[in-house]
Amino acid sequence: MAVEKEKLNWMYRNMLTIRNFEERVAELFAAGKCFGFVHLYVGEEAVATGVCANLRKEDYITSTHRGHGHLISKGGDLNLMMAELFGRRTGYCKGKGGSMHIADVELGILGANGIVGGGFPAAVGAGFTAKYKGTDHVVACFFGDGASNQGTFHEALNMASIWKLPVVFVNENNFYGISLSQKRSMNIPDVAARAASYNIPGVVVDGNDVLAVYEAVQEAVKRARSGEGPTLVECKTYRYRGHFEGDPTVYRTEEEVREWKKKDPIPRFETRLSQMGIMTEDQMKQLRDEISNQIEEAVKFADESPWPSPEEVLDDVYA
Amino acid sequence: MRKLTIRAAINEALRQEMKRDPDVYVLGEDVGVFGGCFGVTAGLIDEFGPERVIDTPITESAIVGSAVGAAATGLRPVAELMFMDFVGVTLDQIFNQAAKMRYMFGGKATIPMVIRTACGAGGSAAAQHSQSLEAWFMHVPGLKVVAPSTSYDAKGLLVSSIRDDNPVIFVEHKFIYDMEGEVPEDLYTVPLGKADVKREGSDVTVIATMAMVHKALEAAEELSKEGVSVEVVDPRTLQPLDNETIIESIKKTHKVVIVHEAVKFAGPGAEIAAMIADEAFDYLDAPVKRVAAPFTPVPFSPVLEKEYIPGKEKIIAAVREVVA
Repeated sequence: MAVEKEKLNWMYRNMLTIRNFEERVAELFAAGKCFGFVHLYVGEEAVATGVCANLRKEDYITSTHRGHGHLISKGGDLNLMMAELFGRRTGYCKGKGGSMHIADVELGILGANGIVGGGFPAAVGAGFTAKYKGTDHVVACFFGDGASNQGTFHEALNMASIWKLPVVFVNENNFYGISLSQKRSMNIPDVAARAASYNIPGVVVDGNDVLAVYEAVQEAVKRARSGEGPTLVECKTYRYRGHFEGDPTVYRTEEEVREWKKKDPIPRFETRLSQMGIMTEDQMKQLRDEISNQIEEAVKFADESPWPSPEEVLDDVYA
Repeated sequence: MRKLTIRAAINEALRQEMKRDPDVYVLGEDVGVFGGCFGVTAGLIDEFGPERVIDTPITESAIVGSAVGAAATGLRPVAELMFMDFVGVTLDQIFNQAAKMRYMFGGKATIPMVIRTACGAGGSAAAQHSQSLEAWFMHVPGLKVVAPSTSYDAKGLLVSSIRDDNPVIFVEHKFIYDMEGEVPEDLYTVPLGKADVKREGSDVTVIATMAMVHKALEAAEELSKEGVSVEVVDPRTLQPLDNETIIESIKKTHKVVIVHEAVKFAGPGAEIAAMIADEAFDYLDAPVKRVAAPFTPVPFSPVLEKEYIPGKEKIIAAVREVVA
């Protein structure tokens, strides 16, 4: 597959940005700078990157509780994201949402979601709008393996299928729904097999290979844009950190984590980029420094931002 | 003026708003060819086609949740939930998604949608097809709750609800659908958050909602024969609640009875009574009384159901108690 150089560069930059952002957030959370529940995306960067590399600005995504990677990939502003995690007035949600509720409707980001499986129907609704208005916009609906056991999964895929809506259902199968392994939560190895119930394509890809994700979703997006309906793409991946920051992860072994780290999507892509002659080690190093500075700027922006004033608690309940 | 049933008035509001605004569409179970379980959407599919009058599978979470997504991306859906009892199946989409998105996102999302749903007992439909659950939604910041009692109000309030930029729960009492009242043919609005005095009086204020408005009016008529002058106030919108009209009435009558079909404990009347205690205590000459359903599921047998639904006699007894 020929992917243009510019896109490959964007993919690499995007994965590094997510990794760096998340690792910095882990430190800041431990230091008491961010609050509440934080679910980090470290290890899963290739999925959001490979998916969003296929999307245009006017396309939509619905995200999950583990949403930072999706937001960054859809163009989310790092300063506003960080300020939101810090609970500041300058944050995406003016300090009213936090990690699990960041949205930017202008960028097509219809919101992270604190309810597992809560975003499926909204994705169908955004797809409905595209069909109703006759645009060729598509929706990428991110969800985990655990969410596919919720009733909303069934209702949404059924509705999207019967109405042929332009939705790509992107399953990030990281093999655990909080502490429960996939083996104990469903009696099938592949979430994608569930697509058969809706008579839509179900595809399994290596979610740690950004180009494999890109390719599979490219096909699904093409199908969606041309009015042929939804696709379910399952991306097998792994989260290095716990379900949330502070999770003691007693439900998995160190060895399992070590095995997955050998398949880390970022070094794998670096090797590919070198082999393809897209980027030298020096250029990668330069990019890593650049991104690191960008994240530090976001931290500085957040840290120097004002808190909301207490009376702002009453704002934005109603339009 | 021309008279329409509440059913026809709601149908006309939908029809005229769909004509006016191409972003308005209707979805729900059996709303198309079948015309709606209670006939409220009859004929709409002939005029607007299956693209705008959409028969969905029996899939309440996707009905409401897809409406949320469509509203967030520029449409104005009007979803029908056949029976109010079914809200439990889709509650997350209503109270965690639709209601909270605007606030959680710091004011950056707008969710202009209406959920129409039929409440009320009276047909031996028993515990899962008869409830009045409006108080649940009054309790959720971000939602508006509308509960009309007449044809005129139903049409004007639904038009306002469709044009409102917030999620609105529009509650229709299924046993007053056939009640007739005067309705202008032209489009008009009844503002949300404005109560209406349905009968003026000077001795006691009866605050009643939906079907109970009509029972309160019957009670008022009977009480007038014994010289008791009853003022009947219909809040029409339960969230936001028109405190001002209620308090103005109490300033005149100094006594109040609240009537609703929802169960009494933590029902809409509990909030109204608490508001009166906070803001109008000094005007009261008697304790606030509530007439409401007992704390039981809705029973099946006509004998039991009759006992369950608050009736004229219970309203009269409560009024006599406060004016004594």
